[in-house]
Amino acid sequence: MNTAKFSLITFAIGAAVFAYGHWLEIGYLFFAGYVILQFIVLATAWNILGGYCGYVNFGSAAFFALGAYSSVFLHKFYPLPIPALIVISAVVSGVVGLGMGYLTLRLRGAFFAIATLALAVVLQTLIVNWDYVGGSRGAYIIRPETIEIAGFTIGFIEYLFLLMLVLAVLALGTARVIERSQLGFGFATIRDDELAAEASGVPTLRLKLIATTISGAFMGMAGAPFPYYIGYLQPSSAFGLEYAVNSIAMPMIGGTTSWIGPLVGAILLGSLQQIATVTISSAVNLLIVGLLLIAFVIIAPNGLVGLVEGWWRAWRRR
Amino acid sequence: MTALLHVNNLSKRFGGFVALDGIELVVEPGERLGLIGPNGSGKSTLVNCICGTERNESGSVHFDGQLLDGLAAHQRTHRGVARSFQLPRPFPSLTLADNLRIPLLYTVHARLGPLRSAGDLDTRCGELLKMVGLENKARHMPRDLTQVEMRKLELARAMAAEPKLLIADESMAGLSHSEIDDILALLVQLNERGITVILIEHIMSAVMSFSQRLAVLVSGKKIADGKPADVVRDPEVVRAYLGQ
Repeated sequence: MNTAKFSLITFAIGAAVFAYGHWLEIGYLFFAGYVILQFIVLATAWNILGGYCGYVNFGSAAFFALGAYSSVFLHKFYPLPIPALIVISAVVSGVVGLGMGYLTLRLRGAFFAIATLALAVVLQTLIVNWDYVGGSRGAYIIRPETIEIAGFTIGFIEYLFLLMLVLAVLALGTARVIERSQLGFGFATIRDDELAAEASGVPTLRLKLIATTISGAFMGMAGAPFPYYIGYLQPSSAFGLEYAVNSIAMPMIGGTTSWIGPLVGAILLGSLQQIATVTISSAVNLLIVGLLLIAFVIIAPNGLVGLVEGWWRAWRRR
Repeated sequence: MTALLHVNNLSKRFGGFVALDGIELVVEPGERLGLIGPNGSGKSTLVNCICGTERNESGSVHFDGQLLDGLAAHQRTHRGVARSFQLPRPFPSLTLADNLRIPLLYTVHARLGPLRSAGDLDTRCGELLKMVGLENKARHMPRDLTQVEMRKLELARAMAAEPKLLIADESMAGLSHSEIDDILALLVQLNERGITVILIEHIMSAVMSFSQRLAVLVSGKKIADGKPADVVRDPEVVRAYLGQ
């Protein structure tokens, strides 16, 4: 299946959900769907560095918040349409990703993870003390009720949902293209054995920088529309633990070696969290993530995709 | 004829420990050089300095008329230096064919430009696997291999980069006699195709039958360099190996 066909099919599935919600006027579907799509983007972005290259990034929330705060800044400084904000956020987060990569990629394993966590703490401190974007008080963004696109008037939340849908398709498409390309093979060698990779001629540092940049850019894009979604953005919500934890947990639960893993993980965990929010309480979300993560580490260390692949192989061997 | 590899007064220290001390080594194109020395004498460190895995503090390495100093390991691979590791380091999540695809994609492409189509790549992977007798395991994972097969994969991956110089770092340690003969035959075959080979080995019968010239490292210094038969009779070499 080529990339154009793939994008079309994924987009069609999303569009079908959109049409269902639009005609039956289920506003909640968009609120919940937006969050799940946002997590698809975050999980896929995390997986490009964490799954393909094996570098665990604990600072996802920092890149997400960077995207969100770029939007807040521009909203006050020079209002632009959200797609433009997404592009700008991608550039900002991508550049920070590149810089972080350059500073930290000499570290491996837990040390790299700690360095990325430190980046999140530093950035949060900066934002808290930056009055222009609201500081610790937070910033309000009044979202219009509706928006007119190409002659159609749709609810603003529907518009945000559509934007996130496009981003999700873009992220999945990118991950899928990378996986099958020379770049994907290079990433896999970095995950497996960097010394052997260098000896085979793989420019590991350059590849890792490409990975941090792409990964950071997509996380920033996921964050850009967030202030419009939430209406009131404060540092503790943008830098929330749930973003860092979810963007690690979702690929881990789905499976980290292919683009399907983060997608499956994000849909599964995202839906579970939405159900828990409505039926029990939103505070139970992280508990669910934690329990599932422990269960998967024990039962299926290669995630759902790995589990299914294992069954498939065993079944074929019979 | 100019030398293919010229190691000039190379030194490397780890903290206060001098691992290599003013090493001079010249390797001519097409030569088969054996490099021996007791454990900890600096053989692998020398290989690491030549291949760029480690940086030498002083001295220089010239390869094929170019200075290698300051180049990253992958850049040296692109210029034609290939190595196998002492302990095989395959890419465990890739199939055997894909293991070989990496140097083809990243080194041969980088050198020649993307000349090869996907089909050519597959053919080339197949040829390399056939050369080392692993053609039936192309779709297997490295974990399915035996020790000797792992060594063969290691050599095949080094060869996939189409090097001018191959450094085989103890590719026979822990193998049986017939397996050693297998690997030796493979190395000779590569040499006959015009590839210069440096063989680092402890198994003397293998080194003696393979090498045209023998260099001996002891405690970071080169103490002998010459015809194998002469070198093993050198009193200093005997002292270093057997003690006195």
